[in-house]
Amino acid sequence: MFRTPAAVAGAVLVAAMVVLAVIGPPIWGEAAEHIDAGAILQGSSAAHPLGTDNLGRDLLARVLVAGRYSLLLALAAALIGATAGIVLGALPSVLPARPARLVTGAVNALVAFPGLLLAMFTAVVAGLGARGAVLGIGAAIAPGFARLTQTLAASVAGADYVSAARMLGVPRRRILARHVLPNIAEPLILHLTQALGGALLGLAGMSFLGLGVQPPSFDWGRLLFDGFGRIYVTPEVALGPALAVALAGIGFNLLGDALARGAARTSAPRTKAVAPESADPGEPEPGAVLDVRDLTVTFPGGVTPVRGVSLSAAPGEIVGLVGESGSGKSLTAAAIGGLVPYPGVVGHARLRLDGRDVAGLSRKELGTSLAMVFQDPMASLNPALKVGGQLAEVAVVHQGATRAEARARAVDRLGHVHLPEPGRQARRHPHELSGGMRQRAVIAMGLMGTPRLIIADEPTTALDVTVQRQILRLLREVTEETGSAVLFISHDIAVVGELCDRVVVMYAGRVVEELPADRLTDGAHPYTRALIASLPDMDTDRSLPLASIPGRQPAPAEVGDGCAFAPRCPLATDACAAGRPPLVEHGPAHRVACWEVTCTSTA
Amino acid sequence: MHIDGLTVRFGAFTAVDSVTLEVPPGRIVGLVGESGSGKSSLAKAVCGLVPHTGRVTGASRVQMVFQDPYASLDPRMRVGESVAEALLRMPRQARAAEVERLLGLVSLPAEAAGRYPRELSGGQRQRVAIARALGAEPDLLVADEITSALDVSVQGAVLNLVRSLRDRLGLPILFISHNLAVVRYVCDEVAVMHRGRLVEHGPTEDVVGSPGQDYTRTLLEAVPRLRR
Repeated sequence: MFRTPAAVAGAVLVAAMVVLAVIGPPIWGEAAEHIDAGAILQGSSAAHPLGTDNLGRDLLARVLVAGRYSLLLALAAALIGATAGIVLGALPSVLPARPARLVTGAVNALVAFPGLLLAMFTAVVAGLGARGAVLGIGAAIAPGFARLTQTLAASVAGADYVSAARMLGVPRRRILARHVLPNIAEPLILHLTQALGGALLGLAGMSFLGLGVQPPSFDWGRLLFDGFGRIYVTPEVALGPALAVALAGIGFNLLGDALARGAARTSAPRTKAVAPESADPGEPEPGAVLDVRDLTVTFPGGVTPVRGVSLSAAPGEIVGLVGESGSGKSLTAAAIGGLVPYPGVVGHARLRLDGRDVAGLSRKELGTSLAMVFQDPMASLNPALKVGGQLAEVAVVHQGATRAEARARAVDRLGHVHLPEPGRQARRHPHELSGGMRQRAVIAMGLMGTPRLIIADEPTTALDVTVQRQILRLLREVTEETGSAVLFISHDIAVVGELCDRVVVMYAGRVVEELPADRLTDGAHPYTRALIASLPDMDTDRSLPLASIPGRQPAPAEVGDGCAFAPRCPLATDACAAGRPPLVEHGPAHRVACWEVTCTSTA
Repeated sequence: MHIDGLTVRFGAFTAVDSVTLEVPPGRIVGLVGESGSGKSSLAKAVCGLVPHTGRVTGASRVQMVFQDPYASLDPRMRVGESVAEALLRMPRQARAAEVERLLGLVSLPAEAAGRYPRELSGGQRQRVAIARALGAEPDLLVADEITSALDVSVQGAVLNLVRSLRDRLGLPILFISHNLAVVRYVCDEVAVMHRGRLVEHGPTEDVVGSPGQDYTRTLLEAVPRLRR
């Protein structure tokens, strides 16, 4: 969290202020109150670096002593503001509808009101002096807190667990105290740090205006007020307190920023990336569109979600990649497309697309020869642009087509994916299309180039079964027509079995079995068999309990030396825990990684 | 539970159009349909979460289990505390024992009470959500797509649990899903919704085996199957 210079500066400044508040008064307290009639209204000198005031008191000592009072007042004001604001902001979620609306309206009005005006008004009403100023600044801070609390609370109030609590009849007060407040505490605390800086500046401002601390008490603002009259004669008497206020304000704001940034992103520990398991690229597969060998994706800390995956796909072939969430199937696809999120590191012995090393391809070549389709078509389409324009962009950027050519091609491609009235659809925005139509548009976008490989990552998971059926048919059609290969990623083994030519089953970052899709039900690996057994289909015997796999898939950091599936496997022996089985041939076009299966078949 | 002429309107849009449906005691009724068919709106109306016209009778204590077990449990509450929220009317001393009993009902060990949701798998979390709903002693359980966020390997265990709850507790369940294979396996009756209307309703074997409506047939044909 304290890696940036700004964060370090903030922490140092705040720490210095706290130290000053503790040790200031006992050390310099006497000097600050010592009246010296012989040294009235002096400028800077060796004895008085910041000069003296109208009673001859040393201003440097007074600035150092005033730190405690200034900080305490700021703390009080910020706490008053935060408490009032949080209560005000939380009230709407406890009150009945009508009073809740009233409170919300009041908060909105207060937010629109200038803060300083609110502070001065409150201070005048509450009476001149420190108390009035603290209340005033508190009042100025409160609306911001109220608004923040309201917004955060509203987002948590929409969460399923709050709905669940409501259905259980949990009282509103308890929902607020047990569910809402704990889940919004973090941003509120961060806001408090920044409010402290604001309160400090605000109080100094109030004192400077003569509305705050009154003599004989003094804070930085008061010292500034007293010194300001002499600023043209001896500027140093005003600069001392001004500098103190500025430094404290900057310190709290920097610290608040750093805390907020730290809370928003918890970064993983930094360690060296793990090297790919085998550096031997071996012989490339002739004729393969996609040829991957020993693909590894590592995250800092040695977490390796993809471990030595080898894949290949022939022209016109649809290869299915199945596995549970966390098996590394999507990261494998991302690694092939060069889309692994930072700070992931991709290693491989070989990664070739259409017979050429991906590393040697320009972005333009990669852009036209590889198409990607994701689960959420909305994420691949810019909501602000019309569909046709977005497709045309591809041709303009990658193929150097003119606007008119690109447009005509876009409409042609939209028609190609069976979008009704393609000319009209091209002029619509993505949100005007249904989910299935959007997914078609994304596929059409991939077809703007001449893709050799289409990577489809759960492209039908968000769609209805009837629409899913249409999209699967379209993918098959596109493959047969263009001769491109498809890497189809899905958690649904039935969909994969229906669409694909060949299926690759992944578990805990590794390929455990690879076989022709029409022989999925003859899968040899216990995991594949268990997956198929636990999938209810239209012929499942309803009188029997459904199979399920006990336990859970190990997280990438928990994968040990042995077979990752062993703890859940009915066939597991001591050998499985000791060593990882290699992926070996097991019949034609069939490879499996399991000691039990391969040993018994060869024996 | 009887639903009689239930209609849900959002402005000019009619999400549920005068649906009449019955969930008999000890039966699981499946509600299927595509997105936008109104099945979730119907469920929410039954739970009293959206305003509606028409009558819902015979279900005064409805509980709902949500789709995403990662969102339906408070991340800052231990499992035991979450489940105990259903037991606020009980004396404090009796709650721990009741939490243990409820966790046992969904085949979770008693020590799960001390865990946080993030320490559990998706399937285990969904069990916790079911245990919490059971704590309120519901006379109807609404299960809204409760397995669609789960992996196939744990889906089976949750579906088995749903069936055993019906058998052991006689609990009527309204089971909403877009997955017809799951509905066929779990439900005694199936109701098909299309554009806010109930188009077909009957025993599972009849609806799946010999559908009376073209729309039902389209849905059935679209279910992906493994080639054997």
